Amino acid sequence: MDVFLQLTVSGLCTGMIYALAAAGFVVIYKASDVINFAQGDLLLFGTYLIFFAVAQTGLPWSVGVLVTLLLAVAVALVIERLVLRPLIGEPIISMIMVTIGLSSILRAAVNAIWGPQPRSFPSFLPSGDVALGPVILSADRLLSIPIALGVLAALWLFFRHTRDGIAMRAIADDQQAALSMGISIPRVFGIAWGLAAASAAIGGIMLGNIVGVSPNVASIGLRVFPVVILGGLDSIRGAVIGGAIIGLLEVYTGGYVGRGLSLVVPYVVLVLVLMVRPYGLFGREIIERV
Amino acid sequence: MSIRGGEVARSPAPAVLRLHDLTLRFGGVTALAGLSMEVRRGELLALIGPNGAGKTSVLNCVSGLYRAQEGTITLAGSGGANRALHRLPPHRIAALGVARTFQNIELFKHMTVLENLMLGRHVHMRGGVLSGGLYLGRQRRREIEHRRLVEEVIDFMNLEPLRSAEVGNLAYGNQRLVEMARALALDPAILLLDEPTAGMNAEEKESMARFILDVHEERGITVVVIDHDIDVIMDISDRVVVLDFGRKIAEGTPDEVRSDPAVIDAYLGHARGEAAVGAGA
Repeated sequence: MDVFLQLTVSGLCTGMIYALAAAGFVVIYKASDVINFAQGDLLLFGTYLIFFAVAQTGLPWSVGVLVTLLLAVAVALVIERLVLRPLIGEPIISMIMVTIGLSSILRAAVNAIWGPQPRSFPSFLPSGDVALGPVILSADRLLSIPIALGVLAALWLFFRHTRDGIAMRAIADDQQAALSMGISIPRVFGIAWGLAAASAAIGGIMLGNIVGVSPNVASIGLRVFPVVILGGLDSIRGAVIGGAIIGLLEVYTGGYVGRGLSLVVPYVVLVLVLMVRPYGLFGREIIERV
Repeated sequence: MSIRGGEVARSPAPAVLRLHDLTLRFGGVTALAGLSMEVRRGELLALIGPNGAGKTSVLNCVSGLYRAQEGTITLAGSGGANRALHRLPPHRIAALGVARTFQNIELFKHMTVLENLMLGRHVHMRGGVLSGGLYLGRQRRREIEHRRLVEEVIDFMNLEPLRSAEVGNLAYGNQRLVEMARALALDPAILLLDEPTAGMNAEEKESMARFILDVHEERGITVVVIDHDIDVIMDISDRVVVLDFGRKIAEGTPDEVRSDPAVIDAYLGHARGEAAVGAGA
């Protein structure tokens, strides 16, 4: 029982980091129907940005986090402006393909700037063990739960209550109508990419602290896809619950079956969901009447 | 003496929208061929013509969805300043008070009637990502004001029973009304209606025509309407512009246009000629 509890809490912590990365993906998909294959690499980029800010530049961690977020948003806005905006009005598939290219470029950029070897990172999140009853977990992992939930709640409020969030939903629903209501598509796309990069950077900062700074973070970023397929491409709530489920499944299989299988489980889920319920748990069910 | 009175009263109102020498091509197809026309302040202008004459292209150029290769579109602003619409993106044009509806109904189908109309207030709402999130003080008062205006439009269009219904589930005729209501929520100076009665039965058409007249008369909004139902459109419009092959072939009062030989020729075809036009008169 203790093992089960231990695994559960640990799985939730992992899952919430997945959820952070996935939420950024959902924001872009909601606004533009674009499947952002570079989302995992934004996470990687975030990890190296915090490494740059704190380890290389020597900023205090609070300022470092702020700088990381600002840089991540700035990079996303440049990407949106230079790469995606020229494609507005082109078929969605063009934008999706360009994100695959972006993914390679981001990864190569990280490699070129910081090299392929793992770097030592002075963790600034408290890393001592915390005992919750029978469960013992390091504090930095536990912190990922409140941080992720906070960010996700903010995003949820954004979509429900702000002018730009509502405009984003409107664009996703009917682009022509949104245009005729005076909604600026470039502005909304820019905001979507900025938010996606910011939430990915927060995930990247957590990962830098918990697992360290190395190109392997990109493979964690890849978990975005099982999470969003399971949760539903356009649902923030789906990202949270999908993240939790994938995190738990991974940790349970790792704990009870074996480490090797735990790496595969998320993708088995991905395939099963696509077969059984392709719009995911909370995704919008699109029924085409032909 | 005859110049006095009537003549002066009938002198045309100033143009609020002016299209000059507009040419729009799609590859080898010319949708608009050097079209010039104007919309006068406060009028209800009908735009008619056979299929493919370029009517919808005119609306798409004005609202910025299409970009004409040549020519200019000028909007006379409230302060007398002229704005060149042909250079502006669609969202800026909407912000200048040009609202429209679409031939194939473009609504936010997953939102309620109320939410659709609130989006009509988008151009009037301020606040960035951060300040908009703080539902406090001034922001809150503005929101209430927008709500009030939207409720007024709902009232005006008799949409109360539907206000919290999801738009995708509404009957076709009601969707058309919601689309027009959303355009009104923008508080436009000009309203462009693309076939507002398409697909409606006689009764619905009549009630839509009534709404268009009310919008025009009670709210004083300049209206441009495209429709295929000649009887309805001739009934309600002040002035008619007839297009054919992307050119203006006639304009004038409904009666003038009805008896214009070029119109009879192009619009109703040679063979049927006078009789068909007469039937409408």
